[in-house]
Amino acid sequence: MNQTVSPSASTYRQVLPWIEIALLLVALPLPWILDDFWILFATKICILALLALSFDLVWGYAGIMSFGQALFFGVAGYTTALLATKNGMSSVLILMPVAALIGLVVAFVVAVIVIFGKRIPSIIFVALGTLTGSYVVERLVRGWSYVGGQNGISSLPRLSVGSFEIEEGVAFFYMALALLIVFYLLLRWLVRSQFGLVLAGIRQNESRILFFGYNVQTFKGVTFSLAGLIAGLSGGLFAFHEGFIGPGQLGPVLSTQAVLYVLFGGVGTLVGAILGVSVIELISYVLPQVDALGPGVQQFLETGWPIVLGLLLLVTVMFRPTGLVGFMVSERERIGSFGRPPKSQAATGSRPVTQPREAQS
Amino acid sequence: MSLLEARNIRKIYGSLKALDGASLVVSGNEFHGLIGPNGSGKSTLLKCIAGAEIPTEGTILLGNRDITSFTAAERARAGLSLKFQITAVLPELSVYDNILIALQANSSLFVLLLSLSRKALHEKAMDCLARFKLVDKHDQLAAYLSHGEQQWLEIAMALAREPKLLLLDEPTAGMSPQERRATGELLAPIKSSCSLLIVEHDLDFIKDICDSLTVLDQGQVVASGPTQEVQNSQRVKEAYLSHA
Repeated sequence: MNQTVSPSASTYRQVLPWIEIALLLVALPLPWILDDFWILFATKICILALLALSFDLVWGYAGIMSFGQALFFGVAGYTTALLATKNGMSSVLILMPVAALIGLVVAFVVAVIVIFGKRIPSIIFVALGTLTGSYVVERLVRGWSYVGGQNGISSLPRLSVGSFEIEEGVAFFYMALALLIVFYLLLRWLVRSQFGLVLAGIRQNESRILFFGYNVQTFKGVTFSLAGLIAGLSGGLFAFHEGFIGPGQLGPVLSTQAVLYVLFGGVGTLVGAILGVSVIELISYVLPQVDALGPGVQQFLETGWPIVLGLLLLVTVMFRPTGLVGFMVSERERIGSFGRPPKSQAATGSRPVTQPREAQS
Repeated sequence: MSLLEARNIRKIYGSLKALDGASLVVSGNEFHGLIGPNGSGKSTLLKCIAGAEIPTEGTILLGNRDITSFTAAERARAGLSLKFQITAVLPELSVYDNILIALQANSSLFVLLLSLSRKALHEKAMDCLARFKLVDKHDQLAAYLSHGEQQWLEIAMALAREPKLLLLDEPTAGMSPQERRATGELLAPIKSSCSLLIVEHDLDFIKDICDSLTVLDQGQVVASGPTQEVQNSQRVKEAYLSHA
């Protein structure tokens, strides 16, 4: 059956793709522009952006408040670090898939405990469950000498492909950037798929979705496990980039940092997670170095930066819940469409609607 | 043959008996009204049937299948569809996507992951929108529809899955007389494909569209049968007058 679409049908300006292209164009030539230190810094941002994407997927798209992303990050980092130091493994083709797999498995186990069940768990239950899990594992690792206790595991060998060693610097940057782009595109496709539409429904009104006959826990469990996979990969990359993994990379502090990245950048938009990591990490490093602030403020920022971050989070949540992206992107574009008829037909108004357009990014 | 049978449903909240042995039968292709004074247990009975509440006692059969222990999602998959009393459209989705999410509920996880049914469901989605006069608003966020349009959208969503039995909890609440009339006209054609169990305060509306009625008072069935017969029942008049 053909229906006509009236001229009143709204269309919205597309800004998000331009932000994505701009970020890509900025990132690609960085090794030619920056010195060694800043290349390492940019690599760390790419790695932490994967962690932020994993939190954005669970909270921004599926409405699961997880304070456990660092758990998947850290356990994967520790596992790969142990494989490298105790078993002499260094192949990136083995260690990074293992990191992703460990993240997936640990997240699935946590999902079995806090998500799957006869009744749908509340947001608070999941938040506290993941926070507790993260905290407990951090405390256990701190006291476990086999994994280095308080000191963690250091002096990790370089990752390699065959006989080629991936040095921290240009090679590592492009590897991290490539993985970030791959997972960004994967998530971009996923959150705009029909599966993503169900996630959007769950986020807005979980009980309504139940009454359509969806198994909400399955959708949440799959999403949570996939986010664990991404956080695990991020943890594996982090351990080998920094040459170190410690208990601090397992606990609630890093998990909370992931929350902050996403809320500040713009929850529910993938590009917002990347913007959040970039801006916060840059400010965190640059601000204490600004002489104009005076020695007192500089000294405070060196130790009291988490307080500033906490205040920033509070201000963002209270006054700008859409984050940085909200300044550039309209509400309509942020929400997007999952299967609306072609825009050209909506705009012209008199042509028949035929097939749905692929969803917006 | 009966499509839905609720037998001796009791629902007790602490010391309050919301339902006290209420029974109800809905036949295939029948529009059945559930009426009664405020607090008589109409919405509670509807929620027990839909799976939003678990009855303290009683049995619910859909066809010959005992669905008493089914979850809400399992009942939906068995052929029940509910429209909530309070409008529950998904406000941050477009009107089109609200319909699509209802339509694709029967698709498997694999199909949804790969978006394999999106194109196939497009025609159905447009049909649903056309039937409820929402084609022009397909791209608007549901939050920006008028109250009446949101009610229609929710009925369209409930019908999109082609249920055997549609449960409507006060579908015309807050609507203007014109919108109520239009709602009746929109519901009439679905009789050929599904049955309807409707809770409604507007007796004129319910008398116009329902074949049969069940009247509840204080959690018990006062009368049940063809609309005309129940309407003239002395017990029904007394039940309503005692609350006037």
